[in-house]
Amino acid sequence: MRREEGKEYLYITLHTELPYQYSAGRYMSRFLTTLRDEAKILASRCTQCGTVLVPPRVVCGNCFAEMKDFVEVGPRGTLKTFSVINFPFIDPFTGVQRPVPYGYAIVQLDGCDNWLPHFLDEIDVQKLRIGLRVEAVFKPREEREGAMTDILHFRVIGDRSRESSPEGEVS
Amino acid sequence: MSQRVAIVGIAQTTFQSAKRAQNYAELVHEVVSELFTKTGATHDDVDNIVSASSDFWDGRTISNMAIQDVVGAYMKSESKVSSDGTLAVLYGMMRILSGQYKTTLVVAHSKGSEGTPNLIANAAFDPIYQRQLGIDGLSASALQARRYMEKYGVSEEEVALVSVKNLANARKNPYAQVAGEFTVDDVMQSGYLAEPIKKLEASPISDGACALLLAREDLVDRFTDKPVWLKGVGHCQDCYYLGDRDLAESEALAVAAQRAYAMAGIRDPGKEIDVAEVYDAFSYQELMWTEILGLCPRGEGVELIRSGVSTIDGTLPVNPSGGVLAAHAVIVAGLVRVAEAALQLRGEAGQHQISGVKTALAHGSFGYCGQMHCVWILSNEK
Repeated sequence: MRREEGKEYLYITLHTELPYQYSAGRYMSRFLTTLRDEAKILASRCTQCGTVLVPPRVVCGNCFAEMKDFVEVGPRGTLKTFSVINFPFIDPFTGVQRPVPYGYAIVQLDGCDNWLPHFLDEIDVQKLRIGLRVEAVFKPREEREGAMTDILHFRVIGDRSRESSPEGEVS
Repeated sequence: MSQRVAIVGIAQTTFQSAKRAQNYAELVHEVVSELFTKTGATHDDVDNIVSASSDFWDGRTISNMAIQDVVGAYMKSESKVSSDGTLAVLYGMMRILSGQYKTTLVVAHSKGSEGTPNLIANAAFDPIYQRQLGIDGLSASALQARRYMEKYGVSEEEVALVSVKNLANARKNPYAQVAGEFTVDDVMQSGYLAEPIKKLEASPISDGACALLLAREDLVDRFTDKPVWLKGVGHCQDCYYLGDRDLAESEALAVAAQRAYAMAGIRDPGKEIDVAEVYDAFSYQELMWTEILGLCPRGEGVELIRSGVSTIDGTLPVNPSGGVLAAHAVIVAGLVRVAEAALQLRGEAGQHQISGVKTALAHGSFGYCGQMHCVWILSNEK
């Protein structure tokens, strides 16, 4: 309760537990079991325009065509943007606050047309820039459970930006 | 439009970090009562209500159930937009244009103080693919800021100018939550929340409400002698997954703007628009949005500020109210952009009034990194 203008205003605290069981569906189940069992990242390819998208999904949003082919992409890729997060974040799956700071990235996996957001193991922004080569680090087999967190994070493996993008352009 | 629709009344609450003295109904009652007092409208004059609120933010399944009585919805048509308030205006206008309704009360409410903002924000992401990965509105926007700044060669000091301008403007706005005379250095030293976004570059989460009364052309005179005409609107959705679009760009905003300009007959937005209220949830967004709205070339948003064009005494002031950086009640903030644009057109913006405003732009956005955009062109001339 809090007092304002000499009056007392009450409030009720409610810790709502509202559990859900979200179906991963056919495409994401295949993606997640492949991640768990083989440490491989699957994407779907559009039968119409050939676009390769991760995670796999039933329809290519641009063509409105069904995506039927699966292809392996990554685990290496190129850093497209990054941040270092200092803001406390409560993990909705554990209810525990994630330690800060932590690195965050959007990565274009090799062989893929769109980009994947995930954790980055680097928290020194001076060492980061768009165009750096990165690689997915997987959890050990016995710890993988069929979730996006089976990829622990991405790690920086070097610099190939100058050979992979035209001069003066952001890759 | 064969029939015209006008905003005939405007009301908003002050925006604060926590409005403990009011529950949702009392908060909405405040703006609806004020609206009725200002317009002379009665309960009987309103035949349709469009509300905007969110079940997750309110912590209530069917969030509009909390306000049915205070919006006067019993035995009337009331329906909810669970998205930015700019869309509630669009829906309200469409209902009048359908011919079924003469007037529409549009009202949005939100109390960010009552829930857990980053968990609610995280819950907007896909539960299978993204929610485990420590992401919310702030971290997603930090990724967008970096991408935009790299691609268009904009420095952190340049982005900080947006906060300096808007928070100074907010000192003239009695409804604002955050305001102050800050320097670029103050912004730079305010601490990284998520690099490159600093504390003074992130909007607060606010409690507050806003309401508009819309009326069909033949009924406008009953409520006001200063109608604000809805001249053009454009709305467009982009991809949901953050990785499916280059975050430095926003084709959805470009499309929404083109639709609004075409409908309103705007050919040169930089010259024809007198004032703009845009959805600057973070400082960098004002630069991105003003560029993509065509108010300046890409990458030159900062030039609008530096040259004085978008400052409060410039030829095209942007966010004279202080914008979303000054007050950010989620869902409500887009409706406030429309309300502020309308106040400017009525000459009722008080200390932040711009002189000679004839055409105003209001912009709302929803979904991370500007997934959805809605652009309004308003005018005090028919």
